[in-house]
Amino acid sequence: MPVYVENRQIVVPGELIADKNRFRVEGKVYERNGKYYSKVLGVVFVDKENKRVNLVTLKGKYIPSPGDLVIGKIVEVGMTNWTVDINSPYPAILPLTEVFSKPTSVPRSELSKILDVGDIIAAKVVAFDYARDPLITIKESRLGKIPKGLVVEVPPSKIPRVIGRKGSMINMLKELLGVELVVGKNGRIVIVGKDRAKMELAALAIKKIEREAHTSGLTDRIREFIMEKLNELGGGSNEKQ
Amino acid sequence: MKNSNIQLIDESGKRVDGRYPNEMRRLRIEAGVLKNADGSAYIELGNNKIIVAVYGPHESTPKYLAEPDRAVIRCRYSMAPFSVSDRKSPSPSRREVELSMVIRQALEPAVFLNEYPRTMIDVFIEVLEADGGTRTASITAAAVALADAGIAMRDLVSAIAIGKVGGRLVVDLNGLEDQYGEGDMPIAMMPQLNYVTLFQADGVFTPQEIEDAFRMVADPIKKIYREQKRALKKKYVDVVREVEKSE
Repeated sequence: MPVYVENRQIVVPGELIADKNRFRVEGKVYERNGKYYSKVLGVVFVDKENKRVNLVTLKGKYIPSPGDLVIGKIVEVGMTNWTVDINSPYPAILPLTEVFSKPTSVPRSELSKILDVGDIIAAKVVAFDYARDPLITIKESRLGKIPKGLVVEVPPSKIPRVIGRKGSMINMLKELLGVELVVGKNGRIVIVGKDRAKMELAALAIKKIEREAHTSGLTDRIREFIMEKLNELGGGSNEKQ
Repeated sequence: MKNSNIQLIDESGKRVDGRYPNEMRRLRIEAGVLKNADGSAYIELGNNKIIVAVYGPHESTPKYLAEPDRAVIRCRYSMAPFSVSDRKSPSPSRREVELSMVIRQALEPAVFLNEYPRTMIDVFIEVLEADGGTRTASITAAAVALADAGIAMRDLVSAIAIGKVGGRLVVDLNGLEDQYGEGDMPIAMMPQLNYVTLFQADGVFTPQEIEDAFRMVADPIKKIYREQKRALKKKYVDVVREVEKSE
């Protein structure tokens, strides 16, 4: 038997997943004596047709990777840089040169006027190699300070579920609730909108996605959940037809 | 001093609490009991009640403890003042400091420490009620809490003690047997890999007895491992069931 687990089975560290060579095994696994074992508490997705197995962790911290969009919180204003909490064991560094495109000299007292402790920013990871703390930038378009919104945290491994296949889940949330979502790979999501009640509903929906991330048919269930809550909210004013 | 007048095992081979020599106490584990910790577990082994919280991996505090190539595990075993019949002073005793180290060393081989360089993993073990065998129960629960935190591990760690009372080897000593028995041998293992991560012995054992102890421990370790697995999966399996029911 080449695979020892079923599709969507929950596995604990050390559980036997599959034999080597017969299947392509990806994700949080390790190899020993020609067999793959689970590294974490996670869910396995078995694709028998394509001979692929993927193990996704259910919890855990964010490990930075270059190119990732992350939602950070300023924790410290330094002489020429900011220290940013990105929900990871490694605090991120945002230097002045990654804020302005032109060389500028800003006096230290002015630094906190640009970004102050507690500010929420959308940033991109530039470099990370474990030896030094990750470097982030806000120079590109659509990055920078997020002045208003609601921050929701989920385990980083569940972000793909919040986005859905080709963005199906997130587009549905945006469409049904009329809110804008900024999704960071580090497990933070900022909900921006005008209607407070709908923003809170989006947060509830995201929490529901987090809880049921390892089940199937989730998109439909979330749609139902939102429709139901919208009707409760009021007055059928949200129906499109 | 040991009191040899106390009979810990009767003519029919039953022990003070009515168990047979190869029988362990009732075991129950629950994972994810604390909301604020990254991972947590609660264990009941007979009268032992222990809660374990895991934080991390997080930034190393203080910084000088950080290792450039791996995570550092910090472990604190502490007994609540009400955990024993005479009030225990809340300050860490010599025994607690040593057990903290012993438990840490039993867990370290199971964790992929080099996946998280320069970080720190905190394991807090609080013994709420103690009745013999808290170090093994703590290791069992700590392994569950580590896995619950999503930390990469080679395997879980399951632990149980083998003891000697009335000249016979018995599984899982209780407080009384621990106090008046002839020996106590805590063993921690990675059940899937079949590695031993902790082996201590207090008392006099013959080489034959040690061999027998390792044969004896296989079955209880398997039972503990099954309960650990069940506890870890429960939260997620429950959600699946609930969803299936609603459809």
